[in-house]
Amino acid sequence: MTETRYDVRLHVNGTVHDVQVPARRLLSDALRHDVGLTGTHVGCEHGVCGACTVLMDGRPVRSCLVLAVSAVDAEITTVEGLADADGSLGPVQQAFKECHGLQCGFCTPGFLTTITAGLEENPSPTPEEAREMVAGNLCRCTGYQNIVASVLRAAELRGGDA
Amino acid sequence: MTETLPSTADARGTRVVNHGVKRQDSLEKLLGKTRYAGDFDVAGQLHARLVRSPVPSARIVSRDATAAMDVPGVVAVLFGEDVPNNDIPTNTAGIKGRPLPPSWVLAVDRVRYHGEPVALVVAENTRALAAAEALVDVEYDVLPVVSDPEAALEHDSSEVHEGGNLLSQWRIDRGDVDGAFADAPIIVEGRYEAQVVDHAYLEPETGIGWLDDEGVINIRVSTQEIEHYRRIARVVGLPDAKVRVQAPYLGGGFGGKEDMTVEPYIALAVLRTGRPVKMVWSRQESLTARAKRHPVRMHYRTAAAADGTLLAHDIQIVSDAGAYPLLSGFVLLYITLNAAGPYRCDNVRVHSRAAYTNNTPGSAFRGFGGMQPVLAYEAQIDKVADAAGLDRVEVRKANAFEAGDRIPAGQRIDTAVWLPQCIDAVLDAIGPRPVPSSPEHRVGLGLACNVQPYGRVAWMNDSASAWVGCERDGGVVVRCGVPDVGGGQVSSLAQIAAEVLHVPLEKVTVHFGDSARTPLAGRTTATRQLYMSGNAVLSAAEELRAQLVQGVVKGTGHGAADLTLAEGGVLTPDGVVPLAEVVAMCMANGVAINAMKTYFAPTGEPVRELVDSERIVPDFTFGAHAAYVEVDTRTGEVRPLRYVAAHDVGRAINPLSVRGQIEGAVVQGLGYALSERIVYDEGVNLTGAFYQYAIPTAADCPEIEVKILESGEGVGPFHARGIGEPPIGPCAATIASAVEDAVGARPTTLPMLAETVLACVDEGAAR
Ligand code: FES
Ligand code: FES
Repeated sequence: MTETRYDVRLHVNGTVHDVQVPARRLLSDALRHDVGLTGTHVGCEHGVCGACTVLMDGRPVRSCLVLAVSAVDAEITTVEGLADADGSLGPVQQAFKECHGLQCGFCTPGFLTTITAGLEENPSPTPEEAREMVAGNLCRCTGYQNIVASVLRAAELRGGDA
Repeated sequence: MTETLPSTADARGTRVVNHGVKRQDSLEKLLGKTRYAGDFDVAGQLHARLVRSPVPSARIVSRDATAAMDVPGVVAVLFGEDVPNNDIPTNTAGIKGRPLPPSWVLAVDRVRYHGEPVALVVAENTRALAAAEALVDVEYDVLPVVSDPEAALEHDSSEVHEGGNLLSQWRIDRGDVDGAFADAPIIVEGRYEAQVVDHAYLEPETGIGWLDDEGVINIRVSTQEIEHYRRIARVVGLPDAKVRVQAPYLGGGFGGKEDMTVEPYIALAVLRTGRPVKMVWSRQESLTARAKRHPVRMHYRTAAAADGTLLAHDIQIVSDAGAYPLLSGFVLLYITLNAAGPYRCDNVRVHSRAAYTNNTPGSAFRGFGGMQPVLAYEAQIDKVADAAGLDRVEVRKANAFEAGDRIPAGQRIDTAVWLPQCIDAVLDAIGPRPVPSSPEHRVGLGLACNVQPYGRVAWMNDSASAWVGCERDGGVVVRCGVPDVGGGQVSSLAQIAAEVLHVPLEKVTVHFGDSARTPLAGRTTATRQLYMSGNAVLSAAEELRAQLVQGVVKGTGHGAADLTLAEGGVLTPDGVVPLAEVVAMCMANGVAINAMKTYFAPTGEPVRELVDSERIVPDFTFGAHAAYVEVDTRTGEVRPLRYVAAHDVGRAINPLSVRGQIEGAVVQGLGYALSERIVYDEGVNLTGAFYQYAIPTAADCPEIEVKILESGEGVGPFHARGIGEPPIGPCAATIASAVEDAVGARPTTLPMLAETVLACVDEGAAR
């Protein structure tokens, strides 16, 4: 089946990617298959699990619910864009490492992007606020305890208390 | 907070093992670089998708692929006749004298559950696939639906398979049960029911396959068992060695990737088209059609002496196996084995039956039959304590197994039973009773214990192999065919090798999960992987260590007695010889720089009657959980406030991983207790999306405190016990007991939805 394809310019992690996609191409699929960034995972295709969360202009969105063609004007950040410029772990990633905030790791990119945005909005969350911040993402392995601890540790690493 | 109690196992300090080290796989996962099975693409790949039955029970009248083949981009449509060996034999435990029916790769003349695969479509792109799937024309003649397992066992029931709906049954008949009941001052009775639940790992079933230039079908797949390559080879009619399965890091398994999922379909499509083929199941397919945890109905009668000593159990259990056998016979065996819990009892009768129905097949799920009976046996022991007017904690401790006791099925418990210590640990840590948040709220404290075997059934003759070698630059390599489902299986093997060979953890590289290139280590299931492959790596590393010393003996002339392994090399009276030089000495003197070992689990004779079985499983893990919950007496909502879990893990190889396993299992167990269920309407699975299936979110979870106890007794490496499955067991019983403490009556049906809890509120108020 041939479908009309559209030229779409995506700005992902500071790099321009020109891709040709059908109008109904989901952003999650475009990132994974057209741009080749497979760190964004798809767990439910229905906007429920949050594994596919990416940042559009800093705001978390579920890329399984966004059409690629509608993302042309946005600066998109995926998990691959969260490391520091020298390739070392960014503060949220570092916190997850220190706090053992992951096991299988499939949900992790969605948590990392969600928390990155959440700490922008609330740099010094209380433990309750930290739990609330991640309550829209599903994880089946960790029991969330270490993820909540990671949020608090990431806030420290970012100097949110300063 | 995790507290590691001092080990009594071994006075010798370990450097790497028993330390909470950061897992090796975490860095790549955090950077988004880890490639899961669905993250691989191969140039020129096709996509494949199943056409599944929309009805739970029907005769297939006709199948026609003409319209589907006309869709541009469609390459092939396969039916059961196109499969070289369409039947998948079941090697589970069934009824004596009656062979178990196979399941089918693609149903030919009959479908038995909603979502059963009927056709396989292969196309250039997913759009063509979707269009073609809808155009494969299958005509069904609907047949009666068998949806209730007890009704299925009545002789007037329709048959799911010819010969009746009894799939498997097990019996324990130990001691004089009727005599014990006749004289007992205390007799308590209860009925308990547990629901169907889904594994709900975040990564759906996915794989990609291609034919390599040696004619081998390569399949890279999210699986807990790379050794399915043999079953796949049988399906497509190739020699075993012509199929290679690789398992990259998994996005969760929990037993749901123990049976084959996408593998046979990928292999068929690759062989048919000669091209690479990718298959990704949607969440809907996963929820609708992949095997689930067995729902069970349990009827318990328990007799006790006036002092609370358990005298007898009389237990009847019916399990809904769904439409095909899969692992139901073994799950039923585990239900039966564990039916009386971690308590001594000399007179036990258990009769358990698994019935075919037209529901989704049941199979492995973390806890594997050790899980369902906890709800029942923990309620029964509380009833015994109440009837005797005794403290529930003391009655548990007084009845708890001790090392040397025999379980009702006969096997002697060879290692320590730290059940009282686990109980004390959780009750010490649970803290003061929280104040209810309003006059309409009630707070309750719950306690439950469990026992869970680890390792496979003895007559499976389980083994695991591992290869450990040194590189010329002083690095250490482990090759071991474990699939890493996310629990840190690979990282723990690195720790063991680093410990034995005295190298820093970063110097160890583990190659894993490849049926062609890594020694086979069996499936990552049954809480067996660290126990089995860990023992294999341990003995291979020990052999290599002896070889390295031998190389230095030959290279330097020092006696072996003067040499020890030290950080980075071998310590001689003249100083440390760095590992790279040790390797050179070995090679110059004809000493091998690698070793391969196979660990064999203790074996036993297959049993039919579970009474005098000397060996059924390798060993057991015990634990206790305590929780505070708050019940809203107006709405029936149950909110866990605080949770403490303690397990004796023998020795924790990586306390961080152990703690993570326990926390994750508790939350999965809370979902089982409070919210999760697959809903059927006459065999039609109505739960097809994540928004219909309520797994716990962070907001639903209490603070969890983990107590790692280390008796120093277990049959794994460094006396470790398995811990992957055990901590999911006690959760539902813990919450039921806490609800009872709060409102005065106990839920006996899972999940404990609002209406169930409100009924308990009313019942408690009426008392
Ligand atoms: S895949 Fe997008 S929310 Fe689950
Ligand atoms: S770490 Fe596996 S789903 Fe979160």
